[in-house]
Amino acid sequence: MIEVNNIKKSFGSTEVIKGISANFKPGETSLIIGSSGAGKTVFLKALVGLHNIDSGEIVYDDRQLGKMDEDERTALRTEMGMVFQGNALFDSLTIEENVSFALNMFSDMSEEEKRDRANFCLKRVNLNNVGHQFPAELSGGMQKRVAIARAISMNPKYLFCDEPNSGLDPKTAIVIDNLLQEITQEFNITTVINTHDMNSVIEIGDSIILIKDGLKAWQGTGDDILTTTNDDITDFVYSSELFKRIRRNT
Amino acid sequence: MITSWISTLGKFFIMLGRAFSKPESFKEYNKAFWRDLDHLGVDSLGIVTIISVFVGAVVTIQTAYNLNDPLIPDYYIAIATRESIILEFSPTIVSLILAGKVGSNIAGTLGSMRVTEQIDALEVMGVNPYSYLILPKIIALVFFNPILISLSMFLGIVGGYVAASFGVVAPQDFIQGLQIEFNSYYVVYALMKTVVFAFLIVSVSAYYGFFVKGGAIEVGINSTKAVVSSSVAIIVANYLLTQLLLV
Ligand SMILES: Nc1ncnc2c1ncn2[C@@H]1O[C@H](COP(=O)(O)OP(=O)(O)OP(=O)(O)O)[C@@H](O)[C@H]1O
Ligand SMILES: [Mg+2]
Repeated sequence: MIEVNNIKKSFGSTEVIKGISANFKPGETSLIIGSSGAGKTVFLKALVGLHNIDSGEIVYDDRQLGKMDEDERTALRTEMGMVFQGNALFDSLTIEENVSFALNMFSDMSEEEKRDRANFCLKRVNLNNVGHQFPAELSGGMQKRVAIARAISMNPKYLFCDEPNSGLDPKTAIVIDNLLQEITQEFNITTVINTHDMNSVIEIGDSIILIKDGLKAWQGTGDDILTTTNDDITDFVYSSELFKRIRRNT
Repeated sequence: MITSWISTLGKFFIMLGRAFSKPESFKEYNKAFWRDLDHLGVDSLGIVTIISVFVGAVVTIQTAYNLNDPLIPDYYIAIATRESIILEFSPTIVSLILAGKVGSNIAGTLGSMRVTEQIDALEVMGVNPYSYLILPKIIALVFFNPILISLSMFLGIVGGYVAASFGVVAPQDFIQGLQIEFNSYYVVYALMKTVVFAFLIVSVSAYYGFFVKGGAIEVGINSTKAVVSSSVAIIVANYLLTQLLLV
């Protein structure tokens, strides 16, 4: 469980996160939605400690992020997996080396076990026979999937994904969504996903938070979202004609 | 202005402090060390060879030209060549050239890793990016720079000998000159300098790479700044070390 209490984050004089509280539970996929520039990425990076927050607190299963020493922080981070919005693959390493990077650093697996684990993770994101290639040789969507494989390689306890299925075709996007939901339930992972994708929201959103102008504008489940009368949600979700029609029919 | 200087220095030393911390995995750091040794050190062999031979030759010719006096024995040309190569050319000038080559490489690599969030990715994994990305480079260059510079001294003198033998000085006079009044402490002094220079090149360039903000353009700008600043650092350190070690 991750507890977020009233966190704030500014860059210079612009306040991007203006006081957000939330709880993320294990075994649930928690989705964060919001329009471009709303502060989703900043929120996620604050959550993992890449941005130092100005005030508030973030607690990982009774461990407060701001009060950890170097070793405790490292220990916590080996329990995390993260997919960045821009993939952030190590471009001087092959795909297999990318996926097994954390295993090399932190596990005492044999070379063969590590290779097997890397290939297993790559298979789960529908990638085969790309292990020896470099990130620059893959398409954007393939890179995204490598990033997901890398994030799950250590069997994380906490998984953070910044738009994991942007840039993917609808079919692969569903494969990724299902994968994320599956491993979340199977390994009781606390999963937080930033997304724009309304399909994901409805398919895998156990709990959903809408961020607007740096504040939490709405919170609910995937079912709630279709019935709520909250203006911010209807504004955001039903900006597309398709969803307006679906709503009229439910 | 002054506060920005102090904060830059503060950030620099915090970076170094974090760089010198315990590796998460010796095996991975070892791999990184050999990789860095290869493309920061070994890859510089070619340029160091060419420059050293030619500059050694030019120094000899110019010295001969300036000492063109029947009262000064020819072997003085060899002594002068030897001293200028060992004391200044090889340790300082070659280090300056390496600051250009190696410094821009380090700042460019780390800078692009920063702007593409690869450094953040390392951090989220629990890897200390300061030590993983900087420490192996420091060790590699501090270890390899003295080797490169020793080679440069040797090749510079060979270049001088070759130039001399085209009629500037009789070869046996040149060889004789090389051996006269040879002070081996000069070599020690020069190699001590190169260790300091190697450390400066890596740490200053790493600083400029690590703290890039922005995109490709800023990476380029910071690579240039890395070369300029590490060159200035070398020149200043050279002066201080000469005062300290030679005078
Ligand atoms: N490092 C930074 N320095 C200054 N401002 C920043 C920084 N990172 C983000 N911002 C600002 O914070 C705001 C929120 O950005 P953020 O990246 O979180 O948006 P987002 O919700 O993830 O959008 P998108 O869906 O397009 O990815 C933006 O206005 C952005 O300009
Ligand atoms: Mg974003």
